Amino acid sequence: MFRNQYDSDVTVWSPQGRLHQVEYAMEAVKQGSATVGLKNKTHAVLIALKRAASELAAHQKKIIVIDEHMGLSFAGLTADARILGRFMRMECLNYKYAHKDTLPVFRLISTVGNKMQVCTQRYDKRPYGVGLLVAGYDDNGPHIYQTCPSSNYYDVKAMAIGSRSQSARTYLEKRLADFPDSSLEEIVKHGLRALRDTLPNDSELTTKNVSIALVGKDTKFKSLDERETGHYLSLIEGEERRGGGGGAPPADGPDDGPAPPGAPSDPTPAVAMDTTD
Amino acid sequence: MFSDYSAPPMWQNGPALGKYYDFPNVSTNKISHNSTNGKQRYHTPLTTGTSVIGLVFNGGVILAADTAGYYGSMMRFNDCPRIFQVNKYTILGAGNDYADIQYLNDIIKQKILDDDLHNDGIALKPKSLHSWLTRVLYNRRSQFDPLWINAFVAGMQNGEPFLGTVDKLGTAYEDKILSFGFGTHISVPYLRQEREKNPNMTKEEAIACIKTCMDMLYVRDARSGAKYNIGVISNEGSEVQGPFESVGHWNIATHGTPGQE
Amino acid sequence: MSSIGAGYDLSASQFSPDGRVFQVEYAQKAVENSSTAIGLKGKDGVVIAVEKLVLSKLYDPGANKRIFHIDNHIGMGISGLISDGRQLSETAKTEASEYRSKYGGDIPLHLLNEKVSMYVHAYTLYSMVRPFGASLLLASHDQKDGPSLYVVDPSGVSHGYFGCAIGKAKQNAKTEIEKLKLSTLSMEQLAKEAARIIYVVHDELKDKHFELELAWVGEKTNGKFELVPQSFLEECENYAKTSLQDSDSDNDL
Repeated sequence: MFRNQYDSDVTVWSPQGRLHQVEYAMEAVKQGSATVGLKNKTHAVLIALKRAASELAAHQKKIIVIDEHMGLSFAGLTADARILGRFMRMECLNYKYAHKDTLPVFRLISTVGNKMQVCTQRYDKRPYGVGLLVAGYDDNGPHIYQTCPSSNYYDVKAMAIGSRSQSARTYLEKRLADFPDSSLEEIVKHGLRALRDTLPNDSELTTKNVSIALVGKDTKFKSLDERETGHYLSLIEGEERRGGGGGAPPADGPDDGPAPPGAPSDPTPAVAMDTTD
Repeated sequence: MFSDYSAPPMWQNGPALGKYYDFPNVSTNKISHNSTNGKQRYHTPLTTGTSVIGLVFNGGVILAADTAGYYGSMMRFNDCPRIFQVNKYTILGAGNDYADIQYLNDIIKQKILDDDLHNDGIALKPKSLHSWLTRVLYNRRSQFDPLWINAFVAGMQNGEPFLGTVDKLGTAYEDKILSFGFGTHISVPYLRQEREKNPNMTKEEAIACIKTCMDMLYVRDARSGAKYNIGVISNEGSEVQGPFESVGHWNIATHGTPGQE
Repeated sequence: MSSIGAGYDLSASQFSPDGRVFQVEYAQKAVENSSTAIGLKGKDGVVIAVEKLVLSKLYDPGANKRIFHIDNHIGMGISGLISDGRQLSETAKTEASEYRSKYGGDIPLHLLNEKVSMYVHAYTLYSMVRPFGASLLLASHDQKDGPSLYVVDPSGVSHGYFGCAIGKAKQNAKTEIEKLKLSTLSMEQLAKEAARIIYVVHDELKDKHFELELAWVGEKTNGKFELVPQSFLEECENYAKTSLQDSDSDNDL
């Protein structure tokens, strides 16, 4: 029934010093549709791929606004993301009520990290099954933070999470040096190209399945509407698509390949805790 | 401080932050402090500090207050400084109940330390401190248990000088000239007059004005003391100067236009 | 380790027949898999050094720290699950702040150490929680006690040290530390030696990229716990790299 006897509860350490329940929760992030975050010297951008549950359903929203200086996109359990989003809104609101100012991004992230950590240590809880990319702007400039179900969080220059996101990360790593001095438009285009690399060959980015959000110097956090999204999409239209979109799992990420639809394959758990990496 | 965000007790009376972890950890402190059931709160200030004055000059702000602590009409304490450096952007001045001032100042100091421990270069700004004080003081008065304080926040924010005040009821406002206590009657008219004559006062001129005010207050306010501190803040940073000492003399009787006598 | 897998190792609230609590040992295992951290106590201060492994090029350099400020005079280095360590750093901060509001002064490190280790220990007693997967280095300096350094283990056990190492390369690091005459070293010398040891024990084959985190507290910093200034950090790193090359060429001979 279980893969081993140490993976039933989050309170059980394995003899190797691993927490299997937490590692399984990390898998939930890879089931969600991909999202990309990146920044230049003045702005932070989130790009997310939206899925529709059926032909008749609208696309599921992937961007959550937290405050005028911050917002997030996520991959994994939508309901968990919304719980965290609500918590973050409350924190920002309380800070604003007391201090008449916006909550510095890092302060909020560390609060969220500690909230999530509690769920990795108690029998009566489960880890949050969602990864967040938080884009924010404060006195220290633009930020992208990545949070994981393991309650780890990272201050990143750029990041992609979600299904088949290894291709996007490969793209981002290659172009990383360009980002700080790129214009906002260039950053959005890089983000879109990274996201496009996660798609199978037979699908395309459209105004229906892409969300773009940005925040930065003198720019409040906003999700772009379909017209603005269409404008950015047209800028990368017709470009030759790069590798990684071929549907074959990327070579350097065996644990990150797309789950073949319908095939009840055993998910290979990624190592969640950096201690075992 | 952080207890809202960190791990809650594992269960009722379980191991919790801030306790010695002896088990079972039975809490002996279950009575709510906030209920007013059947109690009348009797609150008046005991050891008090008198006037605080604040003045905005061109590129900065000054706060001043003497260091006398009065027990009713008796000058009981000589060294009760009431101007505090909060951080490099902000200075705090306060009047009225000295125990309440110390209590609040301790909380603010810990708040500043908590900021520093993040080590991210983000520090409390004057407008934020002013807002926070307003919330705290208004909250306490709404529980019929006010902190008997008149607080003054001076600082630089986005290169602009800021001067604001809050009283024990949570009434808050900003102005270029602010005061509490007898200073309202003695210093404000004088400072307004000086500021009208010279709207772009330099730091030195402003300090001279404030010193004249403290001299005037020393001879006219029966609850004042000779020693006083001045907090000066500008884009170069913040600093509490003093204590200076007023020497009583009759020249002030002409309502203190210095140099006229 | 005969009892592993026999079912006596699934809960922190259960002893094995030979009198061990395996869940605590497994939590310690998590620390042993993590990046190395060392603490050195010299004549006038303490230095903490951490080998922070950087797993992705996409992470911001200098961010995601493993050294924390607990109070003006106290710092903490972490090896193990960083999120568990952060939670413990919050606990320690709260204790330090409550001490100040009660007694009006800085908490002595031996008291803070006692409080934090009892908190950690509480998580080894019940089946409803798991033990913390992190070890902590606590460092401080004050006029009365001079420099002090403690290590808290996932079991809740803690000891004071002259020099200590936690994490995956703790054995090698300990050997290196034992070669030093710690009580004669100044803070600057400690920092350089700490940097050198981290560079020596770093396993380049398994973990490619890492950042050195270096912090100190002592007479030079007026009893304040601070990250080592950037310029001096670079000096320490250069010292570490050159002495590493020297010993390499010695080996070649």
